[in-house]
Amino acid sequence: MAAKKKKAWQDQLYELLKNDLGITQFSYVPDAGHKILIDRSLSDPDVHSIALTTEEEGVAMATGAWLGGERSAVLVQSSGVGNCVNFFSLNTNARIPLLMLVSMRGDFGEANPWQVPMGQAVQPVCEACGLKVLRCDYEDEVIPTMQAAGNMAFRSLQPMAVLLTQKLLGAKFFA
Amino acid sequence: MAKKAVKQHVSKPNAKLKAGELERREATKAILGNTDDFLFVTGLAGSKDDVLNAAGPLAPNVFPLSGAMGAACSIGLGLALAQPDKTVVVVTGEGELLMNVGALATIGAMDPPNLRILCVDNERYGETGYQPSHTLRGIDLAKMAEGANMRSVRTVTKKSEFKEASELLRNSNGTAFILLKVGATNPGKLAGPYERDASVWRTRFRDYVGVN
Repeated sequence: MAAKKKKAWQDQLYELLKNDLGITQFSYVPDAGHKILIDRSLSDPDVHSIALTTEEEGVAMATGAWLGGERSAVLVQSSGVGNCVNFFSLNTNARIPLLMLVSMRGDFGEANPWQVPMGQAVQPVCEACGLKVLRCDYEDEVIPTMQAAGNMAFRSLQPMAVLLTQKLLGAKFFA
Repeated sequence: MAKKAVKQHVSKPNAKLKAGELERREATKAILGNTDDFLFVTGLAGSKDDVLNAAGPLAPNVFPLSGAMGAACSIGLGLALAQPDKTVVVVTGEGELLMNVGALATIGAMDPPNLRILCVDNERYGETGYQPSHTLRGIDLAKMAEGANMRSVRTVTKKSEFKEASELLRNSNGTAFILLKVGATNPGKLAGPYERDASVWRTRFRDYVGVN
C-alpha cells in the first residue's frame, strides 16, 4: 500500500476553519473554487451550511451570527464581491468581523473576458470599503494565511477578504 | 389581480388614516407585546422607530439599521441560527425587504424554528418622501413568503387580528411571516436622540445576549 496521501489543502482548510477558528456557519453562493469546503459543510452535522441567493446575504448573516456569539465564513466568487459592497458598512460602522473567502476569477490566466472587470476590481473595491485583503497564490500559503486572517477577523475585529487566486486554483479553460 | 392605478399619486404622507386603516406605531406595539420576549433586528427609518417606540430608545435587545438596506432579514437568519433558544424577530418595512427579497428563499430553505419576520407595509418609501412602493401596485409580499415555504404566513389588516399575530410571534412552530398593512400617515420622529454609531448597539446587544 502506498504511503498515506497528504490531505488536500482544501480539506486542511475546512478543518482549520471549523476546528481552529470555530466557524459554525458556512454560507456561500455555489462555486467550483469552493466545492470541497461547500461539500464538507453540507455533510457536517456540527455546522450550518447555508446556500445564499446572492453574496451580500452572507455578509449580513455573518453579522447576525457574530451578534449571537457564533462565527461565520462567507464563501464567494470574485464576481460576488461586487454584490456585497453596500453591506460592508455593517462591518465598518458596527465594527463587526468578517471572514470572506474569495475564489478568484479574472486574474492569472483568465480566458473568459466577462470575469476580468470584477476580478480585477476585487482588491481595490474591498480596500475602499475598509476590508483588509490577504492573498494566497500557492498551496503552502493557504493555511498560515487563513490562520492570520482568522486572528485579524475574530480577535482584532477586522473585516477580512482572503483571495484564493487563479495561481492557486488554476484558470478554467474555455475551448 | 388588477393593477392599482398610481398615476395620480402625490408623494406625500396621508394627512390622516382612512377608515379602517391601522396606525403603524399603535399596531406594532400591540402585536409585539412584551418586547423582552425577543431579540430584534430592524430595518431602517420607520420600522426601526416602530421597535424603539415599543421597546424603548436604548433597548439592549435591538440591533437597528440606518443603512445596509436589505440586510435585516439575513442578519436575523444568522442570529436565529446562532441563538436557537431565543426568538428572533425581524421588523422591517416592505421597501427594505424588497431590496433583498431572495433572503426569504434562503430563510425558507433553512427554516429556522425561532425566526419571525414582521413586515410593516405602508406601501410607501416614507423616509424619502412617501413615493409609492411596489406593494401599492399590487405586489403581495405575503404570497412571496408563502412561495418561500414559510411555515406560517398571515396578513394583518385589522385590530381583531393582532392577538393571533402576537401569539404567532411567540409560539409559531417554524418561521413565521406577518405582513402588517398600515396607513401611509407620517408617525413623526421619536423623541430624543438616536445613536447611529452601530458599534454602540452591537456592544450593548452582545452584552444582553451574553456573548461579549
